Amino acid sequence: MGEILLDARDLKIGATVYPAGEPPKDITIVHGVSFTLEKGKVLGLIGESGAGKSTIGLSAMAYGRGGVRITGGQMFLNGRDILSEGPSGLRELRGGEVTYVAQSAAAAFNPAMRLIDQVIETTLRRGLANREEAENRAIDLFRQLGLPSPETIGKRYPHQVSGGQLQRVMTAMALCPRPSLVIFDEPTTALDVTTQIDVLAAIKKAIHDTGVAALYITHDLAVVAQVADEIMVLKSGRTVEHGDVQQIIEAPREDYTRALVSVRSIDHEAKPPAAEPLLQIKNLTARYPGLSQDVLKNVSVEIAQGQTLAIVGESGSGKSTLARAITGLLPPSKGAITFAGRRLSDKLETRTRDDLRELQMIYQMADVAMNPRHTVGTIIGRPLEFYFGLRGAQKRKRVQELLDQIEMGKNFIDRYPAELSGGQKQRVCIARALAAKPKLIICDEVTSALDPLVADGILKLLLDLQAQEDVAYMFITHDLATVRAIADGIAVMHRGKVVRYGPKAQVLSPPFDDYTDLLLASVPEMKLGWLESVIEHRAGAQD
Amino acid sequence: MKLLAQRLTLGLLLLLAASVLIFMGTEILPGDVAQSILGQSATPQALANLREQLGVNEPAMTRYFDWLFGVLRGDLGTALTNGQDIATAMAGRLSNTLFLACSAAVIAVPLAIILGVIAVRYRGQWPDKLISGVTLTSVSIPEFMLGYIAMYFLTVKFQIFPSVSTIHEGMSLLDKFQAIAIPVLVLVLVVLGHMMRMTRAAILNVMQSAYIETAELKGLRPITVIARHAFPNAIAPVVNVVMINLAYLVVGVVVVEVVFVFPGMGQYLVDHVTKRDVPVVQACGLVFAAVYIGLNMLADIVSILSNPRLRHRK
Repeated sequence: MGEILLDARDLKIGATVYPAGEPPKDITIVHGVSFTLEKGKVLGLIGESGAGKSTIGLSAMAYGRGGVRITGGQMFLNGRDILSEGPSGLRELRGGEVTYVAQSAAAAFNPAMRLIDQVIETTLRRGLANREEAENRAIDLFRQLGLPSPETIGKRYPHQVSGGQLQRVMTAMALCPRPSLVIFDEPTTALDVTTQIDVLAAIKKAIHDTGVAALYITHDLAVVAQVADEIMVLKSGRTVEHGDVQQIIEAPREDYTRALVSVRSIDHEAKPPAAEPLLQIKNLTARYPGLSQDVLKNVSVEIAQGQTLAIVGESGSGKSTLARAITGLLPPSKGAITFAGRRLSDKLETRTRDDLRELQMIYQMADVAMNPRHTVGTIIGRPLEFYFGLRGAQKRKRVQELLDQIEMGKNFIDRYPAELSGGQKQRVCIARALAAKPKLIICDEVTSALDPLVADGILKLLLDLQAQEDVAYMFITHDLATVRAIADGIAVMHRGKVVRYGPKAQVLSPPFDDYTDLLLASVPEMKLGWLESVIEHRAGAQD
Repeated sequence: MKLLAQRLTLGLLLLLAASVLIFMGTEILPGDVAQSILGQSATPQALANLREQLGVNEPAMTRYFDWLFGVLRGDLGTALTNGQDIATAMAGRLSNTLFLACSAAVIAVPLAIILGVIAVRYRGQWPDKLISGVTLTSVSIPEFMLGYIAMYFLTVKFQIFPSVSTIHEGMSLLDKFQAIAIPVLVLVLVVLGHMMRMTRAAILNVMQSAYIETAELKGLRPITVIARHAFPNAIAPVVNVVMINLAYLVVGVVVVEVVFVFPGMGQYLVDHVTKRDVPVVQACGLVFAAVYIGLNMLADIVSILSNPRLRHRK
């Protein structure tokens, strides 16, 4: 048993919320959570959004985001109760003994300051070193974290560095003042899988080399299993289960943990390829106005009626641009789109109303895809009115049918988007697309912003709807587990080109091209030692 | 660089457009300069002769281009009423106005920004409320009223500063400052509120950003967080408001100049509008337009330079 660094006892955290039209009320986010962390160890906090994991993480810095307050319990760091510290004691603690790595480094860096100045800021302000020493330490850390040109990368501004590199710079910033505890708050969630591996490996190595203790917060059990010594599973502000990594992954005691471990159990039998394509894209090339490079290069794919084509790739691979070209938002410079036997006009303005109706879209961010001041009934009713001229009672009846179809119940018809959960919002968007009786729905990362269990529910719903309505999906995603669950055919995109295309079984079985191999190998697996094996595999591939 | 060149070209085009508008505006002004020089009893023949002499009978197009090319050579024409060269007459007035405006700006701009930062630091607490209250009051009172209030206390009751701010060449700098103390005070009070509130709002907007949380979690003092991490990202909106207020200090101080009998541009313009002296009005209009466009262009340029995304490409 090592020396205890952090000791949380019966931690209670609350906040005041201001619901519209109601008096403010106090809610409890964390209901008495206790845990200890030994020096040099990594504790993973895992749970879905709203489980209170970030809130607990920040409480180790006695910090409450927005109106969040720590209402009870104690938090001992090196034997000192930090919750009873005054403002100056807390300033001493934050950025010194405890540091923080945020989810989106791109947003967490000050855009107006050079990276190096931000990295060494606390070291300088605390007088721990002079500028030269601090810069040297930062450069050492950059090197340790595997950043390219460590001597000069600090001279850049945040927008000049890629997301994965920024996340590593942020880790260097957290390690620079030699803290005894670092809080990692979803540090790889916003990254592509292939980038995630590098960052994850860099973080793991840095933790190991510096001997720092860490709280590692994430919703992805497979990721945390690679870096943590212990895992604490949280749900709705309560501890579900706390144990060492091996026990949680291999022998979970609680049902909830088992559900998390076994998530993505859906597997659907791919339908046989059909002869007649519903959507046929031939040699599509497109670029954004004002840019000199093509974002889509000679893309040709087909989708058959009632089937699903998954478009897989990392950010910047051109997947969403393909969707924009198909919907007519970005007229292609070359190539043709044939849909239901007719040639689609390149431009949105010159398409017929039937073209528009039969081709619907669902987006990643359900909340921004809906007007917050419209009720669910108005949102779903709009296409009914526009395409079919339904009014009044007729329209309401049809909306209720659609609500039934998305398994939400008729009483949601008068609710506003703000009153719905993330999964429910996405269901409403699905119903809105369905209302137009489309032949093809383009789903752009529709499950990426959702918790795994909720995302599974959405995927099941989409599969059921496909069986009922014989609708085709073009499913854009970066997540290969989702692809396995839903696709009939797969197109892998890389830098604007389709690098691999065919029926699911064929695309996902060897021999692979280099890029697909890299992509498949990068998907975190729920087993210990996965990270090391991938890195070895990669090193082997490079030799 | 390309952006800057774009801004500059755009500014020049705007100025050209403004010159057309000014010229057209003065064309459709009612009244007749010959009539106002010669008075009601002038004979039609005398009026016609004078118009001929003044050149107001030429077609508008010709006169516009004559005027424009004159301006480009630095010749603003001569005043119709007294035959003085406008450029010479205006130079003195403009430098007086700029002196007043600069004095007010040197105090008001830093003060507004500091007060804005303090208001953010203590947001919702008494310093914030006090600063907001005082500046809002000073903005709400009409400037002539502020002028008379200041005059009542500083001149009549305590006799610290003179009430008449006439300055002329040969006065020592100190005397000049003494003379303009009250109008400067009034102008500062007028522009302070707007700039301070914009600074406060712009910084508060930035305070929502994730990188402010990062700074707070670094254990920095609140004032350091605001000054180092929030303010540099709020410069663009602040600069825009500052420039609009600076422009106001140059072109909009007619009332204050009249109240304090200050020999600046505002008075010059008002005098000649009443006399229907079109070339002077046009020249003043053009100078004011140039100041406005120039300062706003400067604001754009400062905003561009303060943004690393625009300064350093990927």
